[in-house]
Amino acid sequence: MGVWGVFCSRSCPAGCNIWPRLTVRVSGPDLRESVPYPLEFFTSKPTISSHQTAAKIFINNEWHDSVSGKVFSTYNPATGEKICDVQEADKADVDKAVQAARLAFSLGSVWRKMDASERGRLLLKLANLVERDSAYLATLESLDTGKPFLSSFFVDLQGTIKTFRYFAGWADKIHGSTIPTDGEYFTLTRHEPIGVCGQIVPWNFPLVMTAWKLGPALSCGNTVVLKPAEQTPLTCLYIGALIKEAGFPPGVVNILPGYGPTAGAAIASHMGIDKVAFTGSTEVGKLIQEAAGKSNLKRVTLELGGKNPNIIFADADFELAVEQAHQGVFFNSGQCCTAGSRIFAEEPIYEEFVRRSVERAQRRTVGNPFDPTTEQGPQVSAEQQSRVLELIQSGITEGAKLECGGNAPPSKGFFVEPTVFSDVQDHMRIAKEEIFGPVQQIMKFKTIEEVIERANNTEYGLAAAVFTTDLNKAMNVSAALQAGTVWINCYNALSCQCPFGGFKMSGNGRELGEIGLKEYTEVKTITMKMSGKKS
Amino acid sequence: MFDLKLHYGNSYLENSMFFCIFINNEWHTSIKGKKFPTINPATGVKICDVEEADKADVDEAVRAARAAGQRGSEWRQMDASSRGRLLHRLADLLERERAVLATLESMDTGKPFLHAFFVDLDGSIKTLRYYAGWTDKIHGKTMPVDENFVCFTKHEPVGVCGAIIPWNFPLLMFMWKIAPALACGNTVVIKPAEQTPLTALHTGALIKEAGFPPGVVNIVPGFGPTAGAAIGSHMNIDKVAFTGSTEVGQLIKAAAAKSNLKRVTLELGGKNPCIVFADSDLQSAVEETQKGAFFNQGQACTAASRVYVEEAVYDEFLRLSVERAKNIAIGDPLEPRTSHGPQINQHQFDKILELVASGKKEGATLECGGCAVEDRGLFIHPTIFSDVKDHMRIAKEEIFGPVQCIMKFKTQEEVIDRANGTQYGLTAAVFTRDIHRAMSVSAALEAGTVWVNCYNALHAQAPFGGYKMSGNGRELGEYALAEYTEVKAITLKLSERLTL
Repeated sequence: MGVWGVFCSRSCPAGCNIWPRLTVRVSGPDLRESVPYPLEFFTSKPTISSHQTAAKIFINNEWHDSVSGKVFSTYNPATGEKICDVQEADKADVDKAVQAARLAFSLGSVWRKMDASERGRLLLKLANLVERDSAYLATLESLDTGKPFLSSFFVDLQGTIKTFRYFAGWADKIHGSTIPTDGEYFTLTRHEPIGVCGQIVPWNFPLVMTAWKLGPALSCGNTVVLKPAEQTPLTCLYIGALIKEAGFPPGVVNILPGYGPTAGAAIASHMGIDKVAFTGSTEVGKLIQEAAGKSNLKRVTLELGGKNPNIIFADADFELAVEQAHQGVFFNSGQCCTAGSRIFAEEPIYEEFVRRSVERAQRRTVGNPFDPTTEQGPQVSAEQQSRVLELIQSGITEGAKLECGGNAPPSKGFFVEPTVFSDVQDHMRIAKEEIFGPVQQIMKFKTIEEVIERANNTEYGLAAAVFTTDLNKAMNVSAALQAGTVWINCYNALSCQCPFGGFKMSGNGRELGEIGLKEYTEVKTITMKMSGKKS
Repeated sequence: MFDLKLHYGNSYLENSMFFCIFINNEWHTSIKGKKFPTINPATGVKICDVEEADKADVDEAVRAARAAGQRGSEWRQMDASSRGRLLHRLADLLERERAVLATLESMDTGKPFLHAFFVDLDGSIKTLRYYAGWTDKIHGKTMPVDENFVCFTKHEPVGVCGAIIPWNFPLLMFMWKIAPALACGNTVVIKPAEQTPLTALHTGALIKEAGFPPGVVNIVPGFGPTAGAAIGSHMNIDKVAFTGSTEVGQLIKAAAAKSNLKRVTLELGGKNPCIVFADSDLQSAVEETQKGAFFNQGQACTAASRVYVEEAVYDEFLRLSVERAKNIAIGDPLEPRTSHGPQINQHQFDKILELVASGKKEGATLECGGCAVEDRGLFIHPTIFSDVKDHMRIAKEEIFGPVQCIMKFKTQEEVIDRANGTQYGLTAAVFTRDIHRAMSVSAALEAGTVWVNCYNALHAQAPFGGYKMSGNGRELGEYALAEYTEVKAITLKLSERLTL
């Protein structure tokens, strides 16, 4: 054991001494024999022993204290203990960052004159660095969010690395077109970067969301001012160190840990920011769009909440449907915008589906994120925990049948038991509001028309799923559902090659895939007068 | 200067592994037991013997490639993004071996080491990286078909791709072929030219090291009429890509038709016009056209061998060109000062001098060069002819040597007609400061690539290929992906109409 020391010696890859020293001590059984890679990184009880300095703000490839001198703390939600302090960015720091980003984007700058293929090389290098440090980053991600280490390592880190690699490949393939215009003209288009992009990311997938934002923005040649969530700033700041190490010019990426109403608001309403991308709640998404409208009409992309329907037909592969529906809602302690929180099960299989889902939820292991057998860690904060418990209470009050769970287990951490409700009615709060917790709602339906209507009867439209072996049902239901992503016989099958985003109040625009590039480019039409018609 | 012996000890040239046939990630001797020598054209000295692939060896290679590309094989089940990672890894290995490969390339072709290092290797690495990025971006579409159907397309690999590459840019052409083929998920049987097999075979070792599954790339060094013909007419090869002469290109296409209608892409000869208007930056035009004519000793399908200069600046252009040509540093390709090496072999050398003689006989004025460098084997002085007329052989035939033909023109219409008056249509260039002229002349030229105020500006991102008898299809860019994929339209019948 004692492997944790290895991470600590790499606490700041770029050699700067701003990174808080996380000395994590290892104790517990040696699990290297029982679990595949990356076993040597396992421990059952990591404890943080010291933290001397506060993590800093990353501007111009340098580490800064906050202008106001303020710091905030970030906590381990599995224990409630403080991990370290972080410099708190506010409007004045955002101004500094925007200035750096503008300079990095100015005509003739290193970044603007760089070959597109070279931008791709830098992103590729960034992916390789994340891969090099993936054990450390996964540890940090689990400490800061409470998600199981194995999930961090295999889902978050892989998703992050793949996203950077994918957009690395696009950099020199963002094609304009030439257009056969009428008359004596010749027209071509250039897909140019927008400029300074503000990006505000949530706490549920801090690293992956950072990659979803940085990947396309940098691939297209923009510069970035990015604010991680105040609950989970650590891995995102670490990416700052890797950005510098990869060799991105100063000012291309700036990372400002801070709060929504201060730093976030400053980004959304900044006159020097050309585009803002936000992932978070629908409520805040509306504020962002409004601020963009009131300030400089900056471009806006939003990836917001969901109350995602998952429709299980009687002809589905039953085992598959139970397991996927379970994972679809409980993954990441239910803290996903894609959480499949409304399960519609067809009448003939409803009883059995409820029985098997409850059985599965009761088997779900909740506990220490660093125990490799743990499936579910804590909620991210005490606030989120009490919000989830309050909604569970409302379900009981409104008459849904609590099949299992429903409580917070005794612990200093912010845990919630895996919870299943049956006999849920569409009008109940738990069937309408985004819970963002480990709570599965199961409803009964009789006909296709009925279930389509009920599934669509929400302000949200992010994701949906249908389980059936019937081709006609699969295609017809997926066409009828109002959602940006429909999964057939699978759930949470996200990949960086496929677009992702919401219908209705689940968002504006799309991330990932080729279409994700569109949100980070301005199209310029160049029309040239010709002497004579050219064929 | 990089020294192979320092890098590998004394063993590189004795290490026969790299001089074998590469099939299934293994090194094989030729079935017939034959070998052929490869010669350093700068010295005339044999570098080594290489195992000679013939039809039977091609059969083995095709079997390996078919097995590797079979449904359910490791290669076919691999994520597209993982194919991209393998291509990136191969690029990394080329970067690691850059000096070795550039040295080998320089020894085997006679091209100056610095050109091999900065042009050939750079282009090879960039081509691999570019297509590494495409692998998981080769999109099909969904189509709003009529009635109650759902229709979508998948862009699938063609299958086993034969590739036959020339001796003028051995490694670069190798990458132009395998990078898009592998990006799309095909398997490859590739024949390097018999004059220059060494860098291709060295790359075989790197392909294995990168982790490509056995049989995905197979390399069969050998001759055109035997191994090449076996590829062209093989019943189990689904596509053939050839770079070389127009004459052989016609044979390949005929063989494809007579055998199994395999898909064919051809990148063939050129007799590429450069048009220099009086309003151009004359100094830059002189430099670019001359580099275009003499680069790689004139052994380029893109060679700028017909230069049309507007009457008003013709004399000045000629004077500057001759002055510049006389200063070209001829010498040992491994010397860093050298910018002009030998021709590839005696056959090419003789052919060039025969064409030079025809130019003199037909009445063109020899301004400089026109002969071999004394006592230096296959070296030819950079040669300029003026007063060249369109009907002369040197103005019509591809010379593939360091010979620049300069002609005079008066009007734009006249020069466009003359520039297009050829069976070829690979590249062309126009030099002018007038934006209207640049646009209208580039629109009127019958060529797959037109350079404005530049020459040989090739990039992995931009398509390349010929009009007319300069070729079929396009390499590089997104366009090349179409040449290495079959489009499958999948249509589902539904019991009822989809909601729109």
